[in-house]
Amino acid sequence: MPLTLKEVLDIAALARIGIGEAEAQAVQADLNNIFELIGQMQRVDTEGVEPMSHAQDLALRLREDKVSETDQRELFQSIAPQKEAGLYLVPKVIE
Amino acid sequence: MLNASLKDLSSGLAQKKISSLELTKLFLGRIRALNDKLNAFITVDEEKSLAQARAADGRIAKRASQPLTGIPVAHKDIFVARDWLTTCGSKILSNFVGPYDAHVIARFNDAGAVILGKTNMDEFAMGSSSESSFYGPVKNAWSTDCVPGGSSGGSAAAVAARMAPAATGTDTGGSIRQPAALSGVSGLKPTYGLVSRYGMIAFASSLDQGGPLAKSAEDLALLLNAMAGFDPRDSTSVEREAEDYARDLNKPLAGLRVGVPKEHFGEGLSADVGKAVEAALAKLEKLGARRVPVDLPNSGLSVPAYYVIAPAEASSNLSRFDGVRYGYRAKNYRDLGDMYRKTRAEGFGAEVRRRILIGTYVLSHGYYDAYYLKAQKIRRLIAQDFVEAFERCDVVIGPTSPTVAFRIGAKTSDPVQMYLNDIYTIPANLAGLPAASIPCGFGVGGLPVGLHIVGNYFSEAKILNVAHQYQRETDWHTREPAGLKQ
Repeated sequence: MPLTLKEVLDIAALARIGIGEAEAQAVQADLNNIFELIGQMQRVDTEGVEPMSHAQDLALRLREDKVSETDQRELFQSIAPQKEAGLYLVPKVIE
Repeated sequence: MLNASLKDLSSGLAQKKISSLELTKLFLGRIRALNDKLNAFITVDEEKSLAQARAADGRIAKRASQPLTGIPVAHKDIFVARDWLTTCGSKILSNFVGPYDAHVIARFNDAGAVILGKTNMDEFAMGSSSESSFYGPVKNAWSTDCVPGGSSGGSAAAVAARMAPAATGTDTGGSIRQPAALSGVSGLKPTYGLVSRYGMIAFASSLDQGGPLAKSAEDLALLLNAMAGFDPRDSTSVEREAEDYARDLNKPLAGLRVGVPKEHFGEGLSADVGKAVEAALAKLEKLGARRVPVDLPNSGLSVPAYYVIAPAEASSNLSRFDGVRYGYRAKNYRDLGDMYRKTRAEGFGAEVRRRILIGTYVLSHGYYDAYYLKAQKIRRLIAQDFVEAFERCDVVIGPTSPTVAFRIGAKTSDPVQMYLNDIYTIPANLAGLPAASIPCGFGVGGLPVGLHIVGNYFSEAKILNVAHQYQRETDWHTREPAGLKQ
């Protein structure tokens, strides 16, 4: 089932990507071609197949609960677009 | 010197026939001469490279060197390097100076190698042509009208044009092997988990794997020795004893069982590529290998499954680029939501936006089972095909890419055509298997053809053995682009 223009705009909103109507139309055509390719998957019966989420069957490693990182706040914040007093600044969200 | 193997460079350095400073200057000069033409490097910082070269010379003088000490290596701009601009080919990271070193960078630094520069690539490694870079397309060293392959196209072009003796890359769906094939160099994607992903900017975390590009399999082995190894900072890094990937290079191939999947020789494979690969298989038989027909019946579904799994993981990974903590932030915005939307619309290129949208859709409520879960089941079938194939053979060999390099712009308007470039390489990523591409001849337009060698899990030494034995008997890997000769 092809994607509608509204669906494309909804996905873009979910993905936090600003998109105009004209671009959405171009994207809609591309996405529909791609989903036609993806749709080939439906030809195969996968009943009872165990989904493979990862290239290897690994269990997450645990580590001791002790401090392993040093404080590098200044270094990491030195490349922030906007900061003040050790905090990242964004537009006001609470009045 | 520009054509010397890493082994020869290493012994030349150890015997003081050349210093790292001289060697580094030589390659920096070559970059200066050719980068305008090929656009292989995004960042070159001669002072930083020369300082590392001087330090390497000091280490050599103290006889404290390792095989890669003093050797300049170009790094794909996906690896974060401290104090180096690290863009990942994107506008959104156009001002991102690395605050730390990726594990791979740290490994090369510890080995005394010199960072020669950061190479150009498809934005966030999403592409098969290196055209989606914010910093302009990379050109193929054999024909500047053509793409070098991608996404590690800058690394492949740099090695092909002898602007670097070796380079690093990453491979999520073929991004080391396909550019290696299209650019006439050797490249290896290791088993998933062998090379740490720490500091390697994430695209699709269950598939991403770093690896080397170089002129020969022997060089790849030396590079992998430095790159591979357990890293607790990567939760999927495998804990294994260190091995010498060069240990089996000189084993004869007598008795080797070469699996040949008919699915990789059917419709879509261009005749020139098929012919070169057939000739390579005949050569391997002459060296004592035996051909075994194998089936990879689900191989054709690898591209559809990949274009669900990779964008799904990417949409999640790339949510971190929001203009808050680092990178580009839009200039004008009304509120926080508007800031996110504008930053991401302006900061990401068309292909990255497209993949984030695909990923967001397939993970959204109501579609998860039909797409994501279905793709994961197909991923299992593809991995299972290899399990069965490797019961009957030691390596699976075929073409790396269906065609030689195509012209710049030829596929940019049709994403699906672009995606099909990786039809032979994607299965190894989905299964997590190691695989290499080595030069095996030339096709239409005198452009290089790559031979794809897939091995079982952790059989890098075997793959490199096959590749090296082939390279001992052929000279395709020693050819260099005529137009760029020194």
